Amino acid sequence: MLALRSLRNRRTTALLTLSAIAISVALLLGVQKMRTAARDGFANTVSGVDLIVGARSGQLNLLLYSVFRVGDATANVSWSSYQKIANHPDVAWTIPISLGDSHRGFRVMGTNNDYFEHYRFAGDRSIRFTSGQRFADLYDAVIGADVARQLGYKLGDKVVISHGLGNVSFAHHDDKPFRIAGILERTGTPVDRTVHVSLEAITAIHLDWGGGMQAQGDARISAEQARAQNLTPESITAFMVGMRMKVMTFTMQRAINEYRLEPLLAIIPGVALTQLWNLVGIADTALMIVAAFVVLAGLLGMLTAILTSLNERRREMAILRSVGAQPRHVFTMLIAEAGLLATAGVLAGVALCYGLLYAAKPLLESRFGIFLDPGGLTGYDVGLLASIVFAALLMGAVPAWRAYRNTLSDGLTIRV
Amino acid sequence: MVDPASPAIEVEDLQYAWPGKPVLLRINQFRVARGERVFLRGPSGSGKSTLLGLIGGVLTAQRGHVRLLGTDLAVLGAGARDRFRGDHLGFIFQMFNLLPYLDVLDNVALPTRFSRARRERIEGGDPRAEGRRLLSALGLADPALLASPVNELSIGQQQRVAAARALLGSPEILIADEPTSALDHDSREDFLKLVMAECAERGTTLLFVSHDTSLGGLFDRVVSLDELQRSPAEAA
Ligand SMILES: Nc1ncnc2c1ncn2[C@@H]1O[C@H](COP(=O)(O)OP(=O)(O)O)[C@@H](O)[C@H]1O
Ligand SMILES: [Mg+2]
Repeated sequence: MLALRSLRNRRTTALLTLSAIAISVALLLGVQKMRTAARDGFANTVSGVDLIVGARSGQLNLLLYSVFRVGDATANVSWSSYQKIANHPDVAWTIPISLGDSHRGFRVMGTNNDYFEHYRFAGDRSIRFTSGQRFADLYDAVIGADVARQLGYKLGDKVVISHGLGNVSFAHHDDKPFRIAGILERTGTPVDRTVHVSLEAITAIHLDWGGGMQAQGDARISAEQARAQNLTPESITAFMVGMRMKVMTFTMQRAINEYRLEPLLAIIPGVALTQLWNLVGIADTALMIVAAFVVLAGLLGMLTAILTSLNERRREMAILRSVGAQPRHVFTMLIAEAGLLATAGVLAGVALCYGLLYAAKPLLESRFGIFLDPGGLTGYDVGLLASIVFAALLMGAVPAWRAYRNTLSDGLTIRV
Repeated sequence: MVDPASPAIEVEDLQYAWPGKPVLLRINQFRVARGERVFLRGPSGSGKSTLLGLIGGVLTAQRGHVRLLGTDLAVLGAGARDRFRGDHLGFIFQMFNLLPYLDVLDNVALPTRFSRARRERIEGGDPRAEGRRLLSALGLADPALLASPVNELSIGQQQRVAAARALLGSPEILIADEPTSALDHDSREDFLKLVMAECAERGTTLLFVSHDTSLGGLFDRVVSLDELQRSPAEAA
């Protein structure tokens, strides 16, 4: 094939052009893969939970504080309402959530051992322990993988919980320190950044608190004294519900939303996650657009390279004309050149992208908790790549047309 | 399409000007008979190459006719004209005849990529074998030479490769545009004699153009472009 031989003859320029296209394609495909991974990771944050229930506020607000540990609840759910729903015959299990305290920038979540039993993420993965175990003592804490790594904690370490959510809180529950009883495996979800304690412990550390301040002097209740008290909370922040039969989910949701004794809101996590993703997804669409422009730059580089080669190749075209090549042969040859460059560039880009993704996979998982499965090329990916080649062919028409015009006006004798 | 009785080349009442320039060529009549070997001379810039472009059907005259082997190029469409050129004409230029990215034999076989007629006229049907035969007839038999990149050949060797290409598949007309101008005097004559011998063997019509008249004696006829332009009715 003449176009290929001609390209090989100009291999330095051709290789540079090809690399530019390859790198831009690798970037585009990489962004696309990360985007999918991010979306999946997002959707994978919580699974197996049929409903999340909190005080009536916005659907996104509830999702954000209960699952992503972002933002605050405006009101609580009373313990009696929680009990009423938890004991409903259609409800299989519940996970209570009590938020509001923090530990060195990480949120503290009060819950019970059902959390470790029933919480699921990324399809059907359950929470597993790297070391230690569930809550056994009142002052036991179970920490996520990020907490353990960033703060360098190990089993048996003593930690103090701070009152409130600020990163630099001045009020500490330092009279009731916790012991680290368990460290969780990395999940790639906000669980990794959470300090878990029991609901009773949350009650215990707040027994002698009121109006954001701890009581003074004799009114104080020591850690040991607290054990003897009734530690059933008056309220919790939210709770997750697993239904016995999935089909009952909507009925239950409606019942909770119409609950008379207290204004409650029940959301279906999948629906809320999708809504949230639509909001967050704008950023990654922007990233995709940037990547698309990089590809365009790569293709423009190719166009420039072919156009600049045209002048030195007028001789080549005249020789071809003299042996009977028609202008359309010249046209096709240049289009083919663009097509070859782009196709080779796209293939190299795909290889580069997969090479990098596989190389980065262990790091992404261990450091950032991003589970990235490069997978195969999806139909969408293939369409994207094909449209790059197609764009290159369209662009190739520019030099092809120029060469076509040249061959018509040059005749057979190019003065060199 | 090809009439065996008609002259190989017949130019009539031709007028040509490059776009935006004054009229360059005004030729009443110019004929080359079949098998005839004609030397066309004229100073540099007089329009010789332009005339060859018109004869080759790469340029189109504003007025007049160019008939090759009895076919009026003007009645052919652009594509048919290109095909006609590929089928019936061989070209040798002054220099840079070869595609740098093809090896010697692929350069020689190049016309068969575009012309089926020339492919079919090759005995045995193998363009590379025929190319090798032609090259050795033109004094290039060394296999090592055939394997080397074309830009490592000397100018004289390159011109022989170009001649082999122009002759491959036996086109009826060979057009040579100053093919010897880059050669030294002795090799000019050698080269020309070899090409002429091949032409004689196939009955190829040869139109040879040069500003240097020293080779004129080897031809059947010497024509001056100036005279063609001046005389209102030059008889063939
Ligand atoms: N491709 C071209 N475009 C415009 N003018 C040209 C072109 N080729 C040749 N000419 C003009 O035509 C004239 C004759 O050129 P040419 O036919 O090459 O002469 P010769 O071959 O006798 O030296 C010159 O004045 C030259 O400038
Ligand atoms: Mg000339």
